[in-house]
Amino acid sequence: MTTASAVEFNDVTLTLGDRVVLSDVGISISEGEFVGLLGPNGAGKTTLMRAILGLVPPSRGTISVLGRPATRGNVAIGYMPQARVAPATMGLSGWDFVASVVSGHRLGLPLHGKAERAEIHRSLEMVDANDLAHRRLGEMSGGERQRLLLAQALVGRPRLLLLDEPLISLDPHRGQEILALVRRVQRELGVAVLFSAHELNQLLGVMDKVLYLGRGQAALGAVEDVVTSPVLSRLYGSHIDVVHVNGRIFVMVGGHDIEHQPHLHDHDGSDWNTAELEKTRHV
Amino acid sequence: MFEYDFIRHAFAAATIVAILAGTVGYFLVLRGQTFAGHALAHVGFTGATGAVLIGIPPLWGLVLMTVAAGIGMGAMGEKLAERDVAIGLVLALSLGLGLLFLHFFTTSATQATALLFGNVLAVNMSTIWTLLALGVVSLGMLAVISRPLLFVSLQPELAEAKGLSLRRYSILFLAIVALSTAECAQIVGVLLVFALMVGPAATALQLTSKVLTGLGLSALIALIEAWLGITLAYYSDWPTSFWITALSAGFYLLGRLSARSRASFHVIHQSAAQTVLDPEVSKL
Repeated sequence: MTTASAVEFNDVTLTLGDRVVLSDVGISISEGEFVGLLGPNGAGKTTLMRAILGLVPPSRGTISVLGRPATRGNVAIGYMPQARVAPATMGLSGWDFVASVVSGHRLGLPLHGKAERAEIHRSLEMVDANDLAHRRLGEMSGGERQRLLLAQALVGRPRLLLLDEPLISLDPHRGQEILALVRRVQRELGVAVLFSAHELNQLLGVMDKVLYLGRGQAALGAVEDVVTSPVLSRLYGSHIDVVHVNGRIFVMVGGHDIEHQPHLHDHDGSDWNTAELEKTRHV
Repeated sequence: MFEYDFIRHAFAAATIVAILAGTVGYFLVLRGQTFAGHALAHVGFTGATGAVLIGIPPLWGLVLMTVAAGIGMGAMGEKLAERDVAIGLVLALSLGLGLLFLHFFTTSATQATALLFGNVLAVNMSTIWTLLALGVVSLGMLAVISRPLLFVSLQPELAEAKGLSLRRYSILFLAIVALSTAECAQIVGVLLVFALMVGPAATALQLTSKVLTGLGLSALIALIEAWLGITLAYYSDWPTSFWITALSAGFYLLGRLSARSRASFHVIHQSAAQTVLDPEVSKL
């Protein structure tokens, strides 16, 4: 494992329309690191990933990925968007779902040569999804579909994985399975992982560092340095208590556990958090 | 029946159109844009009647209008395909405008019926050559973009991250869909394009989970429906378009039934396997 940066933000400001999502953020994620990405809804977790992918250019500052400026179409990044499989796609097999990604940018017919079939096979094998290759997506559980999305992200041997809420809509047990799988893949390949989630506790013991976003700011570091009352109070903009109970951490505002607030889920990619933050403040 | 020219022409035209419709339709269903395809056909009615009004062949009016509308829809972005109210209003307006053009032309009801419901038995040789040329162009375009089109259709956000332009493929694909609807309208009319474009593709998706097999199967089902439709029309003297819609719906129903029986088999099979393999389950 090298000490080079997988992702580096230098005084980065990100804006969506006229809304500032991140302002003057400077962070550095090392190669091979597992970083949990947390923060309230709309704090900019997805936007941060899209910026690393070169899809949201910073309005100020620079982003470099694996030593080069962030640009669209970087093959060294594997990306797992928030799981949404279109209804008609549910009729296709796991193999075809993963195969569509392999050299998907190349013009021509969707026929796969020997090397490409080996690549599909390798990706499926890495996430223990060989048995899913010939089943339809619609006949699979949520956890099995997540494994295929991870297989898609692994196509092309990336050195950095951006995983957007892989645990969403999974029960805790299935969530732990996915998390263990990602951790194993990360160690085997030595890739850096940025893993966004709603629940801090699920990621404890798995992540090397936590990246917490809130109110346009970011804090990156070890859990014990970041998940503290002063740091989170700054990111949430109101007083936050951090309570440790039996190895679990509860982030509380006004006596309520923040992670168990009802989540607002938006499906158009824009993330508005004001409503949720207001709600959090007034309880 | 093949001793008649009009039957041979009908089979030739139906063969070209069915192969194109089945193939393009498969991607249309996969992308969830079937309603957009339906709307494009309606817009074509305005084009065809407008062409009659200014004295050019209706097929050209149909092609120009649908392609312009397809490119416009593609350029306006992904979301438009899902705005069913906007699309519904546009297709109502298109039919209304078409009616107005027919009113100015004071044409016979037969011509309007042929445009709306198709008249494959009246296709002449020059139309067949036009259909063949447009069909080859459309299929050729589709073959060139099919691989990235599949990627952007199944996993748009990942495709975008890998540097593909979602809008470019949306425009190109809807232009191909527009050409195909214009072709289909020659066989089943603008109102029944769904039967040839969507029915066979949806049936194929029920029957196979493989993309390439599905594409081939979709074209084959469209072909069978079109040929069988003409044959049944010849012997029953009922309209070809009726038979094609009936076959399309019937095949889809059969596809669903077979998919359902397979699914229940799968569930039984799986739970049986689990009981054997999973000691914890059998303990329960």
